[in-house]
Amino acid sequence: MPAALVNVPAKAKRGAVIEIKTLMSHVMEPGYRHTAAGEVVPRDIITSFTCRFNGAEIFRADLFPAIAANPFLSFFTTASESGRFEFEWIGDNGFVATASAAIIVE
Amino acid sequence: MMRRAAIAILALLGAALPGLAGEIGESARRSGYEFMSADTKAMQDDNTANPAMLSVLDGETLWRTKAGAAGKSCSDCHGAVDVSMKGVAARYPAFNAASGAPVDLGQRVNLCRRQHQEAEPFAPESRELLALTALIARQSRGMPITAGDDPRLAPSVAHGRALFMQRQGQLNLACTNCHDDNWDKHLAGSAITQAQPTGYPIYRLEWQGMGSLQRRLRGCMTGVRAQAYDFDAPDMIALELYLTSRAHGMAVEAPAVRP
Ligand code: HEC
Ligand code: HEC
Repeated sequence: MPAALVNVPAKAKRGAVIEIKTLMSHVMEPGYRHTAAGEVVPRDIITSFTCRFNGAEIFRADLFPAIAANPFLSFFTTASESGRFEFEWIGDNGFVATASAAIIVE
Repeated sequence: MMRRAAIAILALLGAALPGLAGEIGESARRSGYEFMSADTKAMQDDNTANPAMLSVLDGETLWRTKAGAAGKSCSDCHGAVDVSMKGVAARYPAFNAASGAPVDLGQRVNLCRRQHQEAEPFAPESRELLALTALIARQSRGMPITAGDDPRLAPSVAHGRALFMQRQGQLNLACTNCHDDNWDKHLAGSAITQAQPTGYPIYRLEWQGMGSLQRRLRGCMTGVRAQAYDFDAPDMIALELYLTSRAHGMAVEAPAVRP
């Protein structure tokens, strides 16, 4: 399982704007580089990231070549109710990784 | 090319500069962190944005993985890493009685691989070795560096210091020419810094990955067009030991981010 770091506040006040931060380990090989022998290093990147909250999609990003290795994504959302965030990264060569985090909204 | 040209210019400058400043006083010492941009500092400070923490996570898994003919994991012998490895990295490189010589943290891990797990040692700069050393080094974060205190290491520290002072390579520059005499200047846009080894292993943005202090030192040797020491060569360990003794009392900030 590839390593992921997600940071979601454990608690928030209802209606507060919260920041969600995610860091995923991945080489993000752009597919433009060549080996010393002149062969193209095949592309191997994460192509999409999705965040769902209690089942509903709240954030999605498409990723492209020439993004740094170990992509860091952060975004904001409004704390509406207690529940669970689910994160999913999908990429080349069948790459799939997931993570989740709970929040209590009071 | 830009960087090469700049190094050559600095070499000329170095030759022309009168009365070099010499070693850095204790109160003037600065970690590489202090030379970084606000963005890079923020990346290091936030454990969920610091990519080196991915390596630490990796290390936590390896810590608990049984390996070798002995079928033992690190935790089988050492228990919880945050207890048994607290402060350990701050005193490495340390004296190894069996070999009568200093070993750095990576070598110490590989001694356990070989002797206690009865497994193949990890290759230098391998994902596994970087992950385990990052995990162990993190348990010393904020603690003062004490490596080199052991009197049995005095000859190695002195040897490392001599290497630091010795000119080498086609550019004929010693470490001291840049890191003691010109640490407040820039080279091709990079801060030269004082070469304080406070953050290793590091996540280096230029590498887009993790690397050890040895890898960083090899980079500087290649930079002056010298033949870089081999990984784990006795001179390499002595140089690491001199750098850590020179940073005596500075806080460990591993695993750090560097530009
Ligand atoms: C020509 C000047 C020059 C010489 C000579 C040189 N270095 Fe460096 N060194 C640099 C620069 C510039 C950097 C910072 C690189 C960057 O951030 O891109 C650096 C970085 C470092 C670092 C990383 C510090 C940190 O904050 O992580 C260490 C350690 C180091 N050098 C050690 C050495 C040693 C040991 C030698 C001698 C073998 C040496 N350097 C020779 C220019 C030099
Ligand atoms: C079978 C037991 C055993 C296993 C397994 C083992 N070690 Fe050790 N380790 C020791 C002993 C015993 C020492 C003390 C030095 C010696 O006698 O070799 C030690 C010393 C160390 C030290 C130096 C501690 C200090 O205070 O200087 C480190 C670091 C270390 N081990 C890391 C590891 C790591 C990482 C692993 C897993 C890859 C591991 N060890 C696996 C028994 C073990």
